[in-house]
Amino acid sequence: MSSFNTRLQRGGMVLAGCLALFALIGFFWTPYDPAAMAINERLNAPTALHPFGTDHFGRDILSMLMAGAYTTLAVAALAVLIGVVIGVPLGLAGSARKGRMPDEAILRFNDLVFAFPALLTAILITARFGPGAVNAMIAIGIFNIPVFARISRAAALPLWQQDFILSARLAGKGDARIALEHILPNIVPLLLVQIAIQFSIAILAEAGLAYIGLGVQPPQPSWGRMLADGQTIVAIAPHVVYAPGLAIVLSVLSLNTLAEVMKQRFGLMGGRG
Amino acid sequence: MLIYALRKAGLLLLSLTLSSLVIFALIEVIPGDPAQFMLGIGAEEDSLAALRQELGLDQPAPQRYLAWIGGMLLGDFGLSYTYRIPVLDVVMERLAVSLPLAGLAMAMVLVAAPVIAIIAAWRHGSTADHVVGGMTQIGIAVPNFWLAILLIHLFALGLGWFPAGGFSGWHNGSGAGLRALFLPALALAIPQIAILARIMREELIRAADQDYFRTARAKGLGPLEALLRHALRNALLPVLTIAGMQFSFLLAGAIIVENVFALPGLGRLVFQAIAQRDLIMVESVVMLLVFAVVVVSFLVELAYGLADPRVRTGVRPPRVRKGP
Repeated sequence: MSSFNTRLQRGGMVLAGCLALFALIGFFWTPYDPAAMAINERLNAPTALHPFGTDHFGRDILSMLMAGAYTTLAVAALAVLIGVVIGVPLGLAGSARKGRMPDEAILRFNDLVFAFPALLTAILITARFGPGAVNAMIAIGIFNIPVFARISRAAALPLWQQDFILSARLAGKGDARIALEHILPNIVPLLLVQIAIQFSIAILAEAGLAYIGLGVQPPQPSWGRMLADGQTIVAIAPHVVYAPGLAIVLSVLSLNTLAEVMKQRFGLMGGRG
Repeated sequence: MLIYALRKAGLLLLSLTLSSLVIFALIEVIPGDPAQFMLGIGAEEDSLAALRQELGLDQPAPQRYLAWIGGMLLGDFGLSYTYRIPVLDVVMERLAVSLPLAGLAMAMVLVAAPVIAIIAAWRHGSTADHVVGGMTQIGIAVPNFWLAILLIHLFALGLGWFPAGGFSGWHNGSGAGLRALFLPALALAIPQIAILARIMREELIRAADQDYFRTARAKGLGPLEALLRHALRNALLPVLTIAGMQFSFLLAGAIIVENVFALPGLGRLVFQAIAQRDLIMVESVVMLLVFAVVVVSFLVELAYGLADPRVRTGVRPPRVRKGP
């Protein structure tokens, strides 16, 4: 690993930490009320009072970003959690009985969900049940289920042949207990990497849904909707779209870097590269 | 090969059937009156009754499902509730935008990604490789709708090279049409280029670590030539799978990007149908999109089986792990 990469990764981790802090502070305190309009202050370029400027309603963009960070991260985190909580047990159950009943059904279910592009699923769900943060979260979460089912099944399969599983069996433990006590701890590193990756994908999906108006609804601030609002005035006030876009890019970037770092720390790198 | 193809075709039918069931259940069976949803809370009782009859809601669900599927097989996608014309007509009109858009984006991906990957793998470990690594990492992280806004800002509003949005149709000549589709296709393509280039670079570097590559170098081929003539071929197989998956991302991504550019394509159609609560339209167009995705992934699997006999016989090659 070259020092260039090391520095890059350290940067990514610092970035991820800052982002989490940013969202956490935004939950308790923002410099201004993110919903407070001040029409005579509208479309101000960045100044000392408003470090990222103001939008077309005169709202402080930094405050909106901070409050939006919490919304985005919360929706994305819960969407990933749905995938882990449902997907991992499914994958483990499938791996315990490879090629037999629950396994086949789970594999077909995976194929089914993969046939729907995530965004299409989300659109279908919000079309039927109405837009909103909770429905967006469920829609993104559904897509995460097969991802975690597949990866935990693949990681668990070879483990079932290992000697320590045989000895656990001799000790009289059943499949479920072995899966929980012996298989799960061994696939945790892989799951952590995948969680970071899915988290970044979920952030992009949440922003996309919010952008087309199917995600978080006003007045709750969200990065995706800030972009939708700013789009029409980009010619007069480009700063309105720079900050939210950069916030999305930096959070996805930092999570992907985090995934890379974990991959290397846990020795999960396939080959060189 | 035939058995492999038949098995895959069987799975294709199975996924299509299951998908159609899910879509149907989601739209029509789940509690809540679709007619009420489409017309809103203030709807009159008699217009509700009329719509229920038009949707066939008085019939049992299995019968409605069969009628829907049977109709689609015969090319009857139902009557759009908003436009009062057959869904198929609207879809055909929109496909004239969406297909060229996806095609153009896919072409950009298939041209740019290999070139970037080959340069990075050829100069593995150099500054150029690091730059590619950084750029692709950023490319993956950029949401395509933000990219679209920035592209409009720079190339349409700033430099005036391309229109900022809208699509006037193909009757003004293909040049104007392609110009209108160029920026949307680019916004769709850039994240996918980044993903494919990264994967391909890794495959190329892995291939360059194999014995046959060393043999090619030993018989006197230069690094680039050996890469192009020997490693590339082997790196192409995984790329095929990824490129097939990317098609579905392009389809889904188009829903958002078509909205940024106000392009009258399928994606915008779905979105408008949702806004207008035209569930008949939503149901059929979503099924059509899913159909496209499933069929493309079926074709990719066939091509994969054709290109690599090990796939269809189920024998996996041992992956040689090299020591440091």
